[in-house]
Amino acid sequence: MAQAPGWKEIPIGGMIPEKATSRKYMTGTWRSFRSVWHKDRCIQCTQCWYVCPDFAIMTDSDSKVTGVNYSYCKGCGLCSKICPVKPEKALTMIKESDAKKEMSHADTEGSGKVPNVAKT
Amino acid sequence: MAKFEALTGNNAVAYAMKQINPDVVAAYPITPQTSLMEKFTEYVADGEIDTEVVLVESEHSAMSATVGASAAGARAMTATSSQGFALMWEVVYIASGLRLPIVMPLVNRALSAPINIHCDHSDAMGGRDSGWIQLWSENAQEAYENMIQAVRIAEDPKVLLPVLVNFDGFIISHGVENVSLYDTEKVRNFVGEYRPKHYLLNAKNPITIGLLDLTDYYFEHRRQMADAMKNAYGVIGAIADEFKKEFGPSYRFIEPYRMDDAEIAVIGLGSTMGTLRVVIDECRAKGIKVGSLKIRVFRPFPDEELARLVSGLKAVAVLDRADSLNGISGPLFTDVRSALYGKTAIPVSDYVYGLGGREITLDNLRQIVTDLGTIAGTKKAPRESTYLGVRV
Repeated sequence: MAQAPGWKEIPIGGMIPEKATSRKYMTGTWRSFRSVWHKDRCIQCTQCWYVCPDFAIMTDSDSKVTGVNYSYCKGCGLCSKICPVKPEKALTMIKESDAKKEMSHADTEGSGKVPNVAKT
Repeated sequence: MAKFEALTGNNAVAYAMKQINPDVVAAYPITPQTSLMEKFTEYVADGEIDTEVVLVESEHSAMSATVGASAAGARAMTATSSQGFALMWEVVYIASGLRLPIVMPLVNRALSAPINIHCDHSDAMGGRDSGWIQLWSENAQEAYENMIQAVRIAEDPKVLLPVLVNFDGFIISHGVENVSLYDTEKVRNFVGEYRPKHYLLNAKNPITIGLLDLTDYYFEHRRQMADAMKNAYGVIGAIADEFKKEFGPSYRFIEPYRMDDAEIAVIGLGSTMGTLRVVIDECRAKGIKVGSLKIRVFRPFPDEELARLVSGLKAVAVLDRADSLNGISGPLFTDVRSALYGKTAIPVSDYVYGLGGREITLDNLRQIVTDLGTIAGTKKAPRESTYLGVRV
């Protein structure tokens, strides 16, 4: 395994000389809960996309929600909290330890795929 | 063509800032800095310069705004004293950690408590480990000239550290002197345009700064700062050479006075070094071989030059206008003695004086020379500082 760079090799002052580097940081690895999208219940209000702090709600080119990006979903539960659908929400929270691969819609865990930012 | 004007130290520094014409100045008033900013903002209000002045709600905000402006790519400055410096303390460390070439005049005033608005060096001493370069001025002329050089020192790509330009509150800031002012065009040519390599307002090459480091990177970034401070020795010397070529006066790290055949010497910072020369001349007339060493660059500390300058002496005394309250001495003494350790065994004694603006008299300074004469013979300096001028 390569050694991390020395002080002469890195930019000074902790500056990062590129943009959008947060995409490289898989915040999904932090979670102990994950949000699960239920396509059949979803009314496509996109409030979940709006509140997600990690842009982890995926949308297509028509601005329709297509799923949760597990590379970045930290399991904060805001999407589930705001989901207005009754009697059962279109986004529910489950324990990460209970998550099975088959349960995830559009599971992109570890792929580093960037969610579409809806064109407004 | 240089012109002479009778100016207070604050006005001389404000004039230097006017000639530099920084992009942004964010500041908050505090005695004895206030009239510096009043003068500077007058220049802006009169349309003589186009600096963006931000009147913030506290010194913490002042340094924060200055850091933000500097990071964005502006040549940014602020100014303060005492409690103001203390209030902006966390951001002072951030400024140097982010490697921003901010220049700040610090009008030296005692730290509270008790509240005291007069001169001592405790404020600057609080920042001696902050990674800021520190220049010290004896009078308004030096404050003016240090400001001009400070911009070049800070912005040098091998340095990129903020610079503190110190000058004594009231004594220099409010005292009127004949100051030789240089042609604005020449000053502008000397400081040049600020061309940062990396800055935030750059859509072509965007950057992010102010990030978190975990245990795996913090040390490396701090090591870079040590490297920059070491580079500052060379850069400060080079800028002084350029300044001499362009404007005339020569600047060193340490200014010796009547040191050629000296046997004893007094080391110190700031305006008292001027007062001291009266006593040195008096003692010399009596045949006492005493000289003085005025430290102009305190950070980085000129340890090797100091050791060279005192090498043949019998005893030295340090004037500390601040107390470290470490059970032993003031802060300058600690650096001086540490610099000399292993290089010379001469006795070094410390005098804490002038706290809270307490006047230092010629008699006080004569006492030091007398003491040095004794110590030169006994070869033993007292373990603790002598508190000069305090009522017992």
